[in-house]
Amino acid sequence: MHQSRIVITGIGLTSPNGNTLEEYRKNLLEGVAGIQMIEMRYMGQVPAGVCNYDPKKYQTRKELRVGTRAGSIAIYSAREAVANSGLDFENFDKSRIGVYVGTTEHGNVETENEVYNISKFEYDTRFWTHHHNPRTVANNPAGEITINMGITGPHYTIGAACAAGNAGLIQALQMLRLGEVDVALAGGVSESIQSFGIFAGFKSQGALGTHETDINKTSRPFDKTRNGIVVSEGGAIYVLERLEDAQARGANIIAEIVGYRINSDAGDYVLPDPVRQTECMRAALKVAGMTPEEIDIVNTHATSTPMGDIQECKAIREVFGDSPTTYINNTKSFIGHAMGAAGALELAGNLPSFQDNIIHPTINVEELDPECALRNLVINKPLKVDAVKVILNNSFGMLGINSALIVKKFED
Amino acid sequence: MTEDQVKQIVIDIIDEIAPDEDTSNIKPEVNLRDQMDLDSMDFLDIVMELRKQHNIEVPEEDYPKLASLDSCAEYLTPKFNA
Repeated sequence: MHQSRIVITGIGLTSPNGNTLEEYRKNLLEGVAGIQMIEMRYMGQVPAGVCNYDPKKYQTRKELRVGTRAGSIAIYSAREAVANSGLDFENFDKSRIGVYVGTTEHGNVETENEVYNISKFEYDTRFWTHHHNPRTVANNPAGEITINMGITGPHYTIGAACAAGNAGLIQALQMLRLGEVDVALAGGVSESIQSFGIFAGFKSQGALGTHETDINKTSRPFDKTRNGIVVSEGGAIYVLERLEDAQARGANIIAEIVGYRINSDAGDYVLPDPVRQTECMRAALKVAGMTPEEIDIVNTHATSTPMGDIQECKAIREVFGDSPTTYINNTKSFIGHAMGAAGALELAGNLPSFQDNIIHPTINVEELDPECALRNLVINKPLKVDAVKVILNNSFGMLGINSALIVKKFED
Repeated sequence: MTEDQVKQIVIDIIDEIAPDEDTSNIKPEVNLRDQMDLDSMDFLDIVMELRKQHNIEVPEEDYPKLASLDSCAEYLTPKFNA
């Protein structure tokens, strides 16, 4: 079967340390993290990654009042991506655009808010808002993009825990290859920092990160003292097209998606399985027709939990341990865990390596955990190499969902 | 409470739920939806805010009575004064 080549032609994002790719990349190369303390209902102060994009850039105040934070982040990212792509959006057939947004979860924030609201009225449900259901339907963030931008093609979210950002991109690639759409807006978003339940759940699990002295060192994958996740919000939406369409309109082609795989542990609810992660990465390599030596960067999923990081390192050692040409890094050390946005956002932070041939490091490693020692782990300062041509992006999630996406510098 | 005061209460609520709208020149006799970008969900918000802020209940069959500022005042003033 002939399969079209699928390329990235636009990127829009907001992350805790940047609201454009340029700003985000600059901070990744300069070691600038973006974590702060926020007040969490019922819990007090917790560390979190907060985005400070201007929501009014693309939304009216009424849209912001009625919609969700996830929807707003999705709209901002999608609009920025379309602007970046140079697509003649006004004259483009909106029925041929598909919107595929990965989310770890959706609706917790809005339901928690309403329960809190009616608690002020003695739990009288007459005070429960009629906005609850449109805010909490699972397709909300993708649907808000279509309403804001007048897109009449298909839209839905892809619920894939913290593998969702990659899953959104993979769904888009498949829909483009099936000819269902001509342009896809795809990636992932997260509004999770507004849900006390996410924080409290990680805390009860013993997986919520803390640092005694420096908030920006809380997320420290591979460090011996790491003690858990920093929950973040964020979003990254890409414009994807078939290569022939992108070339026909003279688009600036940023990269090509050449390999992917999603698989399942079929094991534990939360504990990752390095055997299945290994299978996932190898299957993605097979799709790409590549050897491990051809991968220049593996952007890890590692979330700064004691066990999860070790498990992923085992898997990476298994696949890339013999590859002298593969460098390993991590983006969560800067921005925390952006949940549904993580895969898409972390990939975006690495794509500029195709131009500058610099690999951003994993930061906050003061004492490397020997169990996380990996060949070519780029620690604390960026590394300039001769050439970066291929990136493998790992994103894993609860219920044992693994994803690996392989993206290549575009060469005709 | 006077009808003018009730009108101001309704305008204050519209300012909250439709913050992009200019409420300084609302024509009291004209339907609100004909002079502002208000949809059915916004009217449900008006009903909710009357309930939350003023403990006033507007049954569904009476929603049409909230059509204009004048009709709001006529319908709501007795409720405020009850």
